[in-house]
Amino acid sequence: MHTLSTLKSISGLLLAGTLALAGLEASAATPAEIQKGFETAARASTPGFSAFSAQRGKQFFNSTHGNDWSCASCHTASPAAAGKHAKTGKEIAPLAPAANPQRFTDAAKVEKWFKRNCNDVLGRACSAQEQGDVLAYLMSLAN
Amino acid sequence: MNYIVKHNTIERRIFDSVVWSASLLFALGLLTDNALADSRGFTASNKTWQAECASCHIAYPPQLLPAPAWRRMMAGLDRHFGTDASVDARAAAEISAFLESNAGTGRKRGTDSGTLRISETPWFTRKHDEVAASAWNNPKVKTAANCTACHAGAERGDFDEHAVRIPR
Repeated sequence: MHTLSTLKSISGLLLAGTLALAGLEASAATPAEIQKGFETAARASTPGFSAFSAQRGKQFFNSTHGNDWSCASCHTASPAAAGKHAKTGKEIAPLAPAANPQRFTDAAKVEKWFKRNCNDVLGRACSAQEQGDVLAYLMSLAN
Repeated sequence: MNYIVKHNTIERRIFDSVVWSASLLFALGLLTDNALADSRGFTASNKTWQAECASCHIAYPPQLLPAPAWRRMMAGLDRHFGTDASVDARAAAEISAFLESNAGTGRKRGTDSGTLRISETPWFTRKHDEVAASAWNNPKVKTAANCTACHAGAERGDFDEHAVRIPR
């Protein structure tokens, strides 16, 4: 009986440990891994998809898309530098991974901000192609 | 007889002075407690609230709006003053609970005036009625939502009016 309960608590601890590790892994990604995810999604959703383009991403980033704001309205046309929220004026840390190693390392965070900001800038969700192009542009920037 | 009267007077004096000092201390305690509460500011905090609400502006203290206003705010995060500020369901539930349990109370901050803008509540307008229009229009201030421009400790919940510095 005693051995059984010890075993139970050990397995419980192991399970908790594994879950904690899985949780950590889910949030620790690299920009390249995030980009891989966009690529898989783009291949599935965009017929004739070949590759992401930093050039196309840059143009997308700096253009308005029917609404008042572009990505650059807050992140500036030099996203390796700090930006400023167009409405509140609060400083926004640099977006380019070379300048800010925390960027594009948490898939949930990336998803949350693309959802919000694409809604603000385009009035719709961004496609995997658009997200991958923008990330390709941001990854092409040096610090 | 004489002795008893004298004794009574001394006892009475001792009793009186004890009562007086006790009430004096109590009054002093009340005063300093109020002063401390002011300088300590709004200290209630929650990690998720801080992380999510302070991305685009300071995390406004829950005490600044009544619970019904926070409920409406949290129900419309996808159209939050012109931007999409939606959070996932788990974060929303945690933030809502934190906001509502620390929401404004009393006649001043507990009254729902219908607005979701802290800067449009009657108490805010009254508190800021001596601030000149030119101060609001200063690019260093830009908007009434920018508490930090004049209240340097706003991010720590410190809005002590003796520390206000209006930028020029």
